[in-house]
Amino acid sequence: MNTTTLKSLTLGRPSGPVGFFSGRSAFDWLFAALVICGGAFAFSKYAAAMDVYERAILIGALPVAVLLGWFWGALRVLMVGVAATALFAISLYNRQLDGFGADLAQAEHVFMLKYFLSSQSAIMWMSVLFFMSTTFYWIGFAAKTEQNTAVRIGSGMAWAAVFMALTGTVVRWFESHQIGPDIGHIPVSNLYEVFVLFCWLTALFYLYYEQHYRIKSLGAFVMLVVSCAVGFLIWYTVAREASEIQPLVPALQSWWMKLHVPANFIGYGSFALSAMVALAYVLKNSTTRALWTGLIGVPGAVIALPLIGFALFGGLQADGMAAAAKAGRMVGGVMVFFAVTILARRWINARTPSAEIADDVMYKSIAVGFAFFTIATILGAFWAAEAWGGYWSWDPKETWALIVWLNYAAWLHMRLIKGLRGTLSAWWALTGLVVTSFAFLGVNMFLSGLHSYGTL
Amino acid sequence: MTISTTGIEVRARSRGVRDSVELVSSMRFSISLLTVICIAAVIGTVVKQHEPFNNYVNQFGPFWAEVFARVGLTTVYSVWWFLLILAFLVLSTSLCIARNVPKIIHDLRTYKEHVREQALASFHHHGQAELAESPAQAFDRIAALLVHGGWKAKVQQRATGTMIAARRGTANKLGYIAAHSAIVLVCLGGLLDGDLIVRLQMALQGKSSYTGGGMMRDVPAAYRLGPNTPTFRANLLVPEGARASTAVISMQDGVVLQDLPFDVELKKFIVDYYDTGMPKLFASEIVIHDHDTGAAVPALVKVNEPAFHRGVAIYQSSFDDGGSALTLRGVPMSAGGSAFKVDGVVGGSTEISNGDAKMTLEFTGLRVINVENLSGNKTASGADVRKVDLASTLGEHLGSGAKGSNKKELRNIGPSVSYKLRDAAGQAREFNNYMLPVELDGQRVFLAGARDKPDQEMRYLRIPADADDRIDGWVRLREGLLDPALRAKAATRYAAIATPADKPEMAAQLGTTALRALALFAGAEPAKDRAAGTADVPQAGLQAISQFIESSVPEADRPRISDVLLRILNGSLFELLNLTRENAGLAPLKAEPATQNFMTQAVLSLSDSFFYPAPVLFELDQFKQVQASVFQVTRAPGKKLVYLGAVLLIVGVFAMLYIRERRLWVWITPAAIGPEGALSGAATKVATALSTTRRTLDGDAEFDELKRSILKGSS
Repeated sequence: MNTTTLKSLTLGRPSGPVGFFSGRSAFDWLFAALVICGGAFAFSKYAAAMDVYERAILIGALPVAVLLGWFWGALRVLMVGVAATALFAISLYNRQLDGFGADLAQAEHVFMLKYFLSSQSAIMWMSVLFFMSTTFYWIGFAAKTEQNTAVRIGSGMAWAAVFMALTGTVVRWFESHQIGPDIGHIPVSNLYEVFVLFCWLTALFYLYYEQHYRIKSLGAFVMLVVSCAVGFLIWYTVAREASEIQPLVPALQSWWMKLHVPANFIGYGSFALSAMVALAYVLKNSTTRALWTGLIGVPGAVIALPLIGFALFGGLQADGMAAAAKAGRMVGGVMVFFAVTILARRWINARTPSAEIADDVMYKSIAVGFAFFTIATILGAFWAAEAWGGYWSWDPKETWALIVWLNYAAWLHMRLIKGLRGTLSAWWALTGLVVTSFAFLGVNMFLSGLHSYGTL
Repeated sequence: MTISTTGIEVRARSRGVRDSVELVSSMRFSISLLTVICIAAVIGTVVKQHEPFNNYVNQFGPFWAEVFARVGLTTVYSVWWFLLILAFLVLSTSLCIARNVPKIIHDLRTYKEHVREQALASFHHHGQAELAESPAQAFDRIAALLVHGGWKAKVQQRATGTMIAARRGTANKLGYIAAHSAIVLVCLGGLLDGDLIVRLQMALQGKSSYTGGGMMRDVPAAYRLGPNTPTFRANLLVPEGARASTAVISMQDGVVLQDLPFDVELKKFIVDYYDTGMPKLFASEIVIHDHDTGAAVPALVKVNEPAFHRGVAIYQSSFDDGGSALTLRGVPMSAGGSAFKVDGVVGGSTEISNGDAKMTLEFTGLRVINVENLSGNKTASGADVRKVDLASTLGEHLGSGAKGSNKKELRNIGPSVSYKLRDAAGQAREFNNYMLPVELDGQRVFLAGARDKPDQEMRYLRIPADADDRIDGWVRLREGLLDPALRAKAATRYAAIATPADKPEMAAQLGTTALRALALFAGAEPAKDRAAGTADVPQAGLQAISQFIESSVPEADRPRISDVLLRILNGSLFELLNLTRENAGLAPLKAEPATQNFMTQAVLSLSDSFFYPAPVLFELDQFKQVQASVFQVTRAPGKKLVYLGAVLLIVGVFAMLYIRERRLWVWITPAAIGPEGALSGAATKVATALSTTRRTLDGDAEFDELKRSILKGSS
């Protein structure tokens, strides 16, 4: 026996980059040229207002945008469309100037701005479209075929909602720079803005999987979590006046924010997505008994026991009781929803994808989320080192981010090394949403710390 | 190869040693440790950390507070068992790396070309076909395909055929090493920069924590760490115009002083606000004076932009008062006193006496800018709130993000001073008074806040400003009210003016009633039986009048009588006001709307003033602000390790998740020559198999594609 390495052949044409570039269509190159030109224009116009890091971020964003567009063709259309629409909105604003920049009061009387393109209006459209998208996806369960009209409409509306969310975000960014000096900033600085970010990121990730795996029925589940976020967003707007653009406190005035926050929300969005897929998975693959226990029994007991305890032994003030009752009602609503899905699972399961596909989506989503959550946490630590004087302070938000990270790290370990699959991993992914939501919202509600940028 | 998760098996004589080494280096052990860390971390976020012990007693009761403190739940992240778990985690992860690295290195070197051809069929991904091309042609085609596809391969010629062993994505395993060493590096770096090392340094240098008070320079060396201490995180307070070189490290049981190798001189502390009152900029212009070289290095420290000197990072942490000079004007709230001035600095205190009663006045703070929302959340349009439905509310939120639908009226209402008055028993009340009047409901008022306990809200006395925008008019009125002679004079005047010309006989009765009303209002006359009233509630103000009416007027007449009595009270107070003005040498006021407004607010605030919990009210007369900047100064040698670990972690995670390791084998052999010889059309048999550490749908699709290409043209 004689063994040789295929050396002579390794001298042949290497694959990789060449194939990558040679396979590009004309539209790909046009898109890349547009991105580069847009970036160059932005750089020439605004470089003076940016520090060296922000310039680096702008330049770095260009190849990322090009690669994203090449990776998934639909993004090219989305990015170009959003850019064109936002530029149109900006040109409308710029027709009339006031003491500082464009006169934002035009959003009150210019028709297109008032009803479509000003940031608040666009985000309201986003909200409506997400609600409608969810509804259509659910109507799809009643249809006889898998690729029915209802889910196609749902999918289209989700795209439209993402489009409006991005337009609203970009226009809001522009508006923030027209209020006064030193106020403008990227709209990822408070709870309101990151909720918009969460909504469109989660939806966009889902739409990718929808196209990649040619499945439409998971939209009903994923859009549900997006709709919850939209519901919260509307409440936050109406009840708390949170939609107003606020200037940045000193701790947030840093280029790190542009990286840390989006990376974090890719994580949160992906984890939420995986949990909703996990819900579809357990509905299809768990026994009825396990479903009643896991979706109704356990959460019910977890909520009811402390409430009964407090009711019997006191220990909570009246307002504490009221808050607990409110939380109990919300959890009760979720449990009613669970009960309905369990009862209706014969219809739902007929449409949801096979265990294999759902499992794959779940894994991919958690992998993306975990990778970006790692980046986000590390960038957060680097930023904290500059802003607070220490890279790790065991601040509640940091600690909970660590807990979320460890949870998914354990999930991935069990899957990749021990080969954990099936309903157990799905239940775990579903529970992950509880941990993630607490890290995202619960910490702001119940715990105080350095990270108090979005109080509830 | 798969990464093994069981522990290392060492050859040791004792079975216990063997078992424990295996346990510590196993994945199940690390996962258990991580679970415990998670639980401890959750406790740490729920139980507030590093609070004074009394806070825990208030929250959990003395028993549980003691238990929690013993177990270390009040300082979870630096308690010994938590650090021990971290240490075990480091050990366990290191052993895990040590166990897997040799295998990984071996794996990186081999192509596994020795695999038996029969074994290929047992892989999950496998396929075989008979091809028309000759073995040599098949080999050339497949080899080109693999190389073009980015595979690295080795070829083994065997007697019966050719085995190609190819592989891709070996960086996945390097990712494993990167990510796991990252955990070790981050934990080690974190331990180096943590509380533990500070305590170790103290133990090595024989230092202990200090619990006493006094000036910093007087603290003995036993409580000071030297300037070469490798690790610390401390706070440094520098007042404007001053220098400091001693920072304070807070420990669980006191403080330790950290001497720095340089002085920080604060030239100027800059604080800037947005229109909304939100802080916009905190910055300190400092000069760093090096002790060894004597060099003076100027620097600007901002939030997010620290300065560095000799390995010590200087961060803008917060700000404080650096001993602003205050002049307060004491306005007596009891009869017979006169106004006086007190000088002091923020952070200091002074004794004041009122007859026998001695009190300590502690100057606690000065705020130069107070931005408040004065709109009171009224609906600007005056629309009926009940008619506002969701649709129109949403409609209000259309448009640009620059506006809220709720118009706020944000205004800087000027400086305020806060102080405490501590009585002989040590009980202190807190006060917060604004220097300038604020316009509320159309009347300019001075706000004087007071509270008994720190957890209460400030309750504000609203004292109307006089025509000169000063507090004096009200103070004179109050003094006059407490003076029986002036009260009598005012009552007489009021009676003279208010008596109708056609009923002169009413004058005497009116005078008596006015005097009675004034006396009741001033608290000089009991409203009802002393026995009935509670001792600690002063019987004065409007409350005394209503008590009087309740106790002496039949129910049916009460609304009418109280109306009359209030009118008489207002009228005589107005006369009293003018009397006090005359005594002060000022012209009397006319009954015009401005005076009316003043009187309305004055009556309310006089009535409230009887509940004011101090015999004297201090207004801010003059001040000279001296700010102090609080810096965090740190030396964190572990930071480099942590950052290296962090970068390795990102690289490792991406490599592990996104580089799939795959091995592919292709076995090429001449087709068995049957009775028809080569004429059967099949000249070559090709078998292929793929192994991957992770099965995904994408991996399946990739193999299907590969299989199609490799076995292309199969017969």
